[in-house]
Amino acid sequence: MTAPISPRRAASGDEAALSLHPVSSSGIPIPTVATADPAATAPLEPPGVYPFTRGIFPDGYAGRLWTFRQYSGFGTAEESNRRYRFLLEQGQTGLSVALDLPTQCGYDPIDPMARSEVGKVGVSLSTLADAEVLFEGIDLARISTSFTINGTAAIIYAMYLAVADKHGVPREKLTGTIQNDILKEYVARGTWIFPVKPSLRLIADSILFSNDVTPRFNPISIAGAHLHDAGATPAEEIGYTLANGLAYVDDLKRRGGDVEKFGKRLSFFFYVHMDFFDEVCKFRAARRIWARLMRERYGVRDAKAQHFRFGVVCGGSSLVAAQPYNNIMRVTIETMAAVLGGAQSIFTCAYDEPFQIPTEFSAELALRTQQIIAYESGISKTVDPLGGSYFVEQHTDRMEQAILAVMKEIDDYGGVIKAIESGWMQRRVAQRAHERKIKVDSGDTAVVGHNAFRRADQSDEFGEVFRLDPQASQRVIERYEAVKVRRNPDAVERTLARLQQAAAEEGENLMPCLVDCCHAYATVGEMVQRLKSRWGEFQEPVRL
Amino acid sequence: MNATRQAFVLHGRRILIAKPGLDGHDVGAKVIALALRDAGAEVIYTGLRRSPAHIARVALEEGVDAVGLSVLSGSHRELVAQTIACLREAGAGEVRVFVGGTIPKDDFDYLRGLGVCGVYTSAMRLDEVVASVAEALADQPA
Repeated sequence: MTAPISPRRAASGDEAALSLHPVSSSGIPIPTVATADPAATAPLEPPGVYPFTRGIFPDGYAGRLWTFRQYSGFGTAEESNRRYRFLLEQGQTGLSVALDLPTQCGYDPIDPMARSEVGKVGVSLSTLADAEVLFEGIDLARISTSFTINGTAAIIYAMYLAVADKHGVPREKLTGTIQNDILKEYVARGTWIFPVKPSLRLIADSILFSNDVTPRFNPISIAGAHLHDAGATPAEEIGYTLANGLAYVDDLKRRGGDVEKFGKRLSFFFYVHMDFFDEVCKFRAARRIWARLMRERYGVRDAKAQHFRFGVVCGGSSLVAAQPYNNIMRVTIETMAAVLGGAQSIFTCAYDEPFQIPTEFSAELALRTQQIIAYESGISKTVDPLGGSYFVEQHTDRMEQAILAVMKEIDDYGGVIKAIESGWMQRRVAQRAHERKIKVDSGDTAVVGHNAFRRADQSDEFGEVFRLDPQASQRVIERYEAVKVRRNPDAVERTLARLQQAAAEEGENLMPCLVDCCHAYATVGEMVQRLKSRWGEFQEPVRL
Repeated sequence: MNATRQAFVLHGRRILIAKPGLDGHDVGAKVIALALRDAGAEVIYTGLRRSPAHIARVALEEGVDAVGLSVLSGSHRELVAQTIACLREAGAGEVRVFVGGTIPKDDFDYLRGLGVCGVYTSAMRLDEVVASVAEALADQPA
């Protein structure tokens, strides 16, 4: 593909003078004073009007606030269920399920590769029995649930459908999101299982199935967050992610999908770090670029299928262990950037996340940060309140140029699939991480309390220590073993054999098979094993 | 940072950087690998999701002086103990082992007790990590 669109604003004569200025974290020059731009051609369209620079809705948050969605989950389904109910009682409006690594990578909890990781970074879901406990007492017709799940996304989505079936909730009422973005897993985060091609098939199957069966559900959240947190600049984060998004759209079209239909259910996910205006403007630029790509490249007419809808996470690697309470201020600033950028859902990291799973106290504080911004600060009352600022508009234009340049670079290389299979993108992100670390080490990038204003006698105490119940993994394994005894082995074998057979049939949608496997209490590991037997595993390009 | 003075403190050393277990956070591992390479070491990186037995085998085959294990999933206690046991079983018990990742301070002593020569977190500067690895290898012939 060639660069499909050109930026809104051509470089003007002032750009040369700007090269003397300091640059943002995306490498964009930052002027000391911004003035009226002689190159600006037309006033910006209002919010809710194509190409949606100022927002996808005409009334911004006045119509509907963003979703407060705290990522949470650990140990057994019982413990996580208790945390979810606590967060919902405190005013959280959507669930975000953290899954443990065995579930994410497709291993049963008794697998030798998995034993030491059971229930550590999230909750273990090895069969439908775990999911039944996890969602006990939670109204799935009312609460939207987001799963950060990729390699096994189709399986966990099938499991969620099976729980809803058991609750008697009609599938068309389900709302929520599965991340289901394997391309960025190959670059950062690393929970890939299958090679690229069958992985893309599984993603297309789940999206096309979801469009019909759970029309209010987001079957993919194309995520740049992990690339940004791993090292990519904000401009690279958006550029790589939009390029991945185009790869999914192309694949879905090849599968016979209607872009006017599936385009409405594509969503995105990003990290917000500390460079305030890079963060605000990357979202304004991304909305404009995506809408134009959808219209100009794919001929999409329906505005909803041109909308760039996104969730964010604030914190991550911008938080540090030194003087950890400072992280609360960082997350506050980042959340303001997310709101001014027009995010649809926000997850605020707790101040203790650089070194532990948040305690109930720190998790509540993170939620309170969002609530204070939403209900006390007033910044959400006017849609895109920064729109029309000389600096913000010019920085948005320059961000757009930077993002398009990143996308062109990938095109020139031969596309995202090639860039990922060869390890090119992985190397780029690692180099950026190295550069970022060197800048912090040298003090070029100030991190207060860490490399700036650090006291010799400074305390890095962080309050309560989170303790994972040491018996949790044992209880996970006990339920797993009990399910294996209790279930009907004929139904398990029948549904798994059907799945394995369907995996070999290119044109068949695997989702109904996976839902049947879940209802029969087949394990995540068993389903993955059957698919691996047909598809093999991804071979990671290991190059430094 | 003293990049030039440090440039060759690890010259002639072979170091394996490894990701045991299922943790997919490889930024720290790669950044440390690049820093060790800049300091003159020959660095081999395993890639993700390697078993302790596999890591020990590669360490032996490649004849490395040190193995750096990166774990951010909270499973460092088990995975580091298993890898050190596998190294000893393979007859490579003299290979130095250092650990990086999300490691609570409470676990530093436990890891040192296993024989780990250094525990590094993101709070440390790269030149500090490089110097610490060089010091741990100082009494070994290059």
